[in-house]
Amino acid sequence: MSAIREAFVDEPAFVPYLAVGDPNAEASIEYIEALCRGGADVIELGLPFSEPIAEGPTIQGAVVRSLEGGMTPAKFFETVSRLDVDVPLVCMTYYNLIHRFGDRDGPKPFVERAAEVGINGFVVPDLPAEEAGPLRDVCDEYGLDLIFIVAPTTRGERLERIMARVSGYAYVQARLGVTGARANVSTQTTASLDRLADWDIPKAVGFGIKTGEHAREVVAAGADGVIVGSALVDLIAEGGEAGDSVGEVADRLEAKARELKQGALEGRGTETSAGTGTEAEAEPRARPERK
Amino acid sequence: MSDAGTFGEYGGRYVPEPLQEPLADLADAFDEAIEDDEFREDLDFLLEHFGGRPTPVFHAGTLSERYGAEIYLKHEDLLHGGAHKLNNTLGQALLAKRMGKDRLIAETGAGQHGTATAMVGALLDMPTQVYMGTTDIGRQEMNVFRMRLMGAEVTEVTRGSAGLAEAVDAALEDFAADFEDTHYLVGSAVGPDPFPRMVREFQSVIGREAREQIQELHGELPDACVACVGGGSNAIGLFHAFADDDVAFYGAEPGGEGPDSNRHSAPLSGSGSAESEPQQFQGMRTEVIDEGTENHSVSAGLDYPAVGPEHAAMAELGRAEYHAITDDEALEAFRELAESEGIIPALEPSHAIALAKRLADEHDTLLVNLCGRGDKDMATAAELFDLT
Repeated sequence: MSAIREAFVDEPAFVPYLAVGDPNAEASIEYIEALCRGGADVIELGLPFSEPIAEGPTIQGAVVRSLEGGMTPAKFFETVSRLDVDVPLVCMTYYNLIHRFGDRDGPKPFVERAAEVGINGFVVPDLPAEEAGPLRDVCDEYGLDLIFIVAPTTRGERLERIMARVSGYAYVQARLGVTGARANVSTQTTASLDRLADWDIPKAVGFGIKTGEHAREVVAAGADGVIVGSALVDLIAEGGEAGDSVGEVADRLEAKARELKQGALEGRGTETSAGTGTEAEAEPRARPERK
Repeated sequence: MSDAGTFGEYGGRYVPEPLQEPLADLADAFDEAIEDDEFREDLDFLLEHFGGRPTPVFHAGTLSERYGAEIYLKHEDLLHGGAHKLNNTLGQALLAKRMGKDRLIAETGAGQHGTATAMVGALLDMPTQVYMGTTDIGRQEMNVFRMRLMGAEVTEVTRGSAGLAEAVDAALEDFAADFEDTHYLVGSAVGPDPFPRMVREFQSVIGREAREQIQELHGELPDACVACVGGGSNAIGLFHAFADDDVAFYGAEPGGEGPDSNRHSAPLSGSGSAESEPQQFQGMRTEVIDEGTENHSVSAGLDYPAVGPEHAAMAELGRAEYHAITDDEALEAFRELAESEGIIPALEPSHAIALAKRLADEHDTLLVNLCGRGDKDMATAAELFDLT
């Protein structure tokens, strides 16, 4: 069993996301370590790409800050190699960067380097399962997981193709729209999880989870883990704007991590589906954040 | 994905999972619509009575003498709105209606595509929202006014470098959240499948008409077709009808300060293009300018860092040739056409005119797509040519 998969075995996993290099590599190292102290079970490390697709303004902001700070794939790997954490790491990035890394064609140099610095798997939002053969093969060669996103709209053949190629965990997008923290957790979570009920792989739900209560609801609805990005990136952005120290922001991240992990743990004790009903149904149709 | 969505190794649908099914549905609806006579009739009717089609082909006699080859111009600048953009926005808006969608969104750089979207939004009574970067809003004020006057909401995009790429991203986000009611009306032959082939289909009316018209005027097919290429919608629209003919295709890419400089937007003909690898960019696999190059053109409608996947494929196959035309060459051609013929072209097709001038030694008859008029560029011209 891979290290990523193992992280879901005993209890619901808390999977935070950060863009590495937001606002700089040194701060990222402290933030990642703070999230681990707060109870992270797996960490998704964003390697920023200049042309992300359908990321909300929150994650876009993190990407821009990181790129402006000079983040590159080489620096990303160097930063990750300096991490002193004992949870599995997932690199989340765009296929462009994977494909173009190194002198040789194809994804192998990138995967090789990632394995060297201790990365355990990948999420590549713009790589459809149909096109993922070469990356899947190289991941198998190095023993790394390849995680796919399953959207509320994913159905039929696409669902089957993803099932055939996914490993580590399935990233279940809780609702339509782009990444970004939201006030409620959608009913689509339950529906999405139901469709994957017979998949023999942990299901981690992301998109819109920003409080311990959300985490509790999502786990109660049957998720094996919760993925949280925007709510954490917001803390980093706000800290940066207010001129707070890296230590202060790290403390807030640790506290937020505890809240989310605690929520996830409480969710496991609750009856399935009871917590998500009426409130979520009242949620208006998802719209992107607009500033 | 169906093979129809790729052009050799280019194209495809490299988008996040939530957009996969909506785009597959759009592709199905498009395939169905273009086989439907009623859809075709509705579109042709509006192209004629609203758009002013067919647009003429004109033999530019004085310019022909000046350049030393017979130059024919396809007058897309005479289409309603002043550019070829309406062919595509009408087609896609009718498709959106057919799919039961009641709202249009679009990205725009210079504002031409946004304006053409606002036009069909008003015509077909569909609420329209156009995403536009802060930088472009500042320098294309008139188009912002035009869009607003026709009832479109212009949404400022402030993130990143606040340009076209960010506007595309904002529109994609909107689409991802709201695809059940909303159609994302992409403005060029770029992006994930089905957009490149859908935009080609709706723009190919240019070549279909021109192929008939030039034979009538000139007695035979031209030796070559010439068009400017940013994303490449007007070029693919001209070329497509001549695909099986013995007619050479030339694309004029924006060479900015020179193809070997680090300021241009010419992925197929600029620095590094020979050894470059295709990339996944904005949902498609295509050629993109290299990392050290700053995206730049004197023409706001051409400064796009990538190119439509079908052009990348035609370059690879050798079916079309792409040449970088510098800002200076384009400006010279802009002035020469104005002086010779009393036609002020947009800066975009001025690149195609300049390329035709270069090709005059090799080819006797050149058909150039005059894809837009130059009114929007008069401030630039006034400054550069000291017209004030």
